[in-house]
Amino acid sequence: MELTDLTITQAHQGLIKKEFSATELCQAYLDKIKEKNKEIFAFLTIAAKSALVQAKKVDSLISTGREISILAGLPCAIKDNILVENLKCTAGSKILENYIAPYDATVTKKLKEKGAVILGKTNMDEFAMGSSTENSAFGPTKNPYDLTRVPGGSSGGSAAAIAADMAIYSLGSDTGGSVRLPSCFCGVVGLKPTYGAVSRYGLIAFASSLDQIGPITKTIEDAKIVFEAISGKDEMDSTSVEKRFKIQDSRFKIQNIKIGVPSQYFVKGIDPEIEKLVRKAIKKYEDMGAKIEQVSLPHTEYALPAYYIINPSEASANLARYDGIKYGLSAKKEKDLLGVYLDSRQEGFGSEVKRRIMLGTYALSAGYYEAYYLKAQKVRKLVRADFTKVFKQVDIIMAPVSPFLPFKIGEKIKDPLSMYLVDIYTASVNLTGLPALSLPIGKVKDLPVGLQIIGKWFEEDKIFEIARLNENF
Amino acid sequence: MIKKKEVKHIAKLARLGLTEKEIEKFRRELSKILDYIEKLKEVNISKVESTSHLIKLENVMRKDEQSSAPFKTLTDREKLLNLAPKTKNKYLRVKSIL
Repeated sequence: MELTDLTITQAHQGLIKKEFSATELCQAYLDKIKEKNKEIFAFLTIAAKSALVQAKKVDSLISTGREISILAGLPCAIKDNILVENLKCTAGSKILENYIAPYDATVTKKLKEKGAVILGKTNMDEFAMGSSTENSAFGPTKNPYDLTRVPGGSSGGSAAAIAADMAIYSLGSDTGGSVRLPSCFCGVVGLKPTYGAVSRYGLIAFASSLDQIGPITKTIEDAKIVFEAISGKDEMDSTSVEKRFKIQDSRFKIQNIKIGVPSQYFVKGIDPEIEKLVRKAIKKYEDMGAKIEQVSLPHTEYALPAYYIINPSEASANLARYDGIKYGLSAKKEKDLLGVYLDSRQEGFGSEVKRRIMLGTYALSAGYYEAYYLKAQKVRKLVRADFTKVFKQVDIIMAPVSPFLPFKIGEKIKDPLSMYLVDIYTASVNLTGLPALSLPIGKVKDLPVGLQIIGKWFEEDKIFEIARLNENF
Repeated sequence: MIKKKEVKHIAKLARLGLTEKEIEKFRRELSKILDYIEKLKEVNISKVESTSHLIKLENVMRKDEQSSAPFKTLTDREKLLNLAPKTKNKYLRVKSIL
């Protein structure tokens, strides 16, 4: 087994048993990145020097015989919209091309305190707007399973890095599916935690009522370890909460679990081969003793249009901060202040970002606010009521992550609406704040397929327990 | 279908410079996306109150004191000022407004 094949637990065991050093582990990953990043382009910044310094620190801790955290000395990758002090943080945008993070995000701080080795920052759709990583101002990431296809987005770099063994685990952010979709397309595990479970402090704001940071890993066990390390209340994020329903392994029995299968997630448009695999995975739970129930989420078809009002509305407000004055790209030629605003934003933002700012500004502007934004917020409430009702009947919901296989690079980028429709099975979860995980369940035409497991609010542990049972396909 | 005039107005509100070509492009694209969003008209919302946050939260208050984490020191301030395109005497410098 190569060092770059290890899971978190395996690598941790190797370190404490002194089978290899943290420096050797770090170097193995840096070599792998050097070998593969040119073709996959998962990393925007490679922080070899600081990573090796950190690895060395962990090695000296180990040599003194002190106990180390499970994440100590383990190399990870961070999405480029999460601040890591003194490293560039571009959010995949030209407007932040030379922005150096002045402080650590709370999740970064938590990982560093556990001795994590940060290998670098991963590629993403600009400001996390997109489902393919093609909207990065620095070029698209490729899917490690087929270099002509997209890795999904917007955390495409973070998912591709795990699939191509360029890091043990990574962090992504999920606003409408941006952790789950790339995890599905790259055949890895990705969790979107309950809204509020993980601090957003130091995450570059996109749509603040939807954004959540989550882990991308090779196994469920790893996802749980990273989730535990980054979650919890943080005084720097007033929406973060300390709330978690822990379940004791001994108490958990799949025979007591009711799984809901929403009919609205298996309608026209889903690839029949994907549907087959998803149904097969659900059947496996039935064979293990779980009860399967057909459930209905009647407002499903309205979730995505509501999402595409709320998301750009929040984005247009959040992105008002890029003005060419405080930081980031600043237009040089202008004579007056308004000109600096207009030109800095014109030069600095890519097409999709401009489109969302326009859409959001339109939806929030005088005369349209009620028809669009207010209406969407009300529909959001109905979507949540659907889930609340279903969760009175069942413990967990299972559905596909994506209606289709990883698509070709260039296939959807010219038609923005077709790209928006990629989020059809994932956006509801963000609108409702629920936790959901993408679990690899097999392949169609050599391309990975994922099962989406949606849990009740703050019941990540139950998702992990259930996912674990079906892990080794 | 939204009009060119509206696109220009929205761009102005958003402080977004656009070329003539972009204005035409966004006119077409935004019209198409808004057509899709029209779907929401089918939903009866007469009995629904609006919601922005889904998990009940309370306001977090702190004392209004001069220094608060994490920017406690002058070096932190300098770090932020160093990111600004133009500064003068530790202030951000902007172009004239009039």
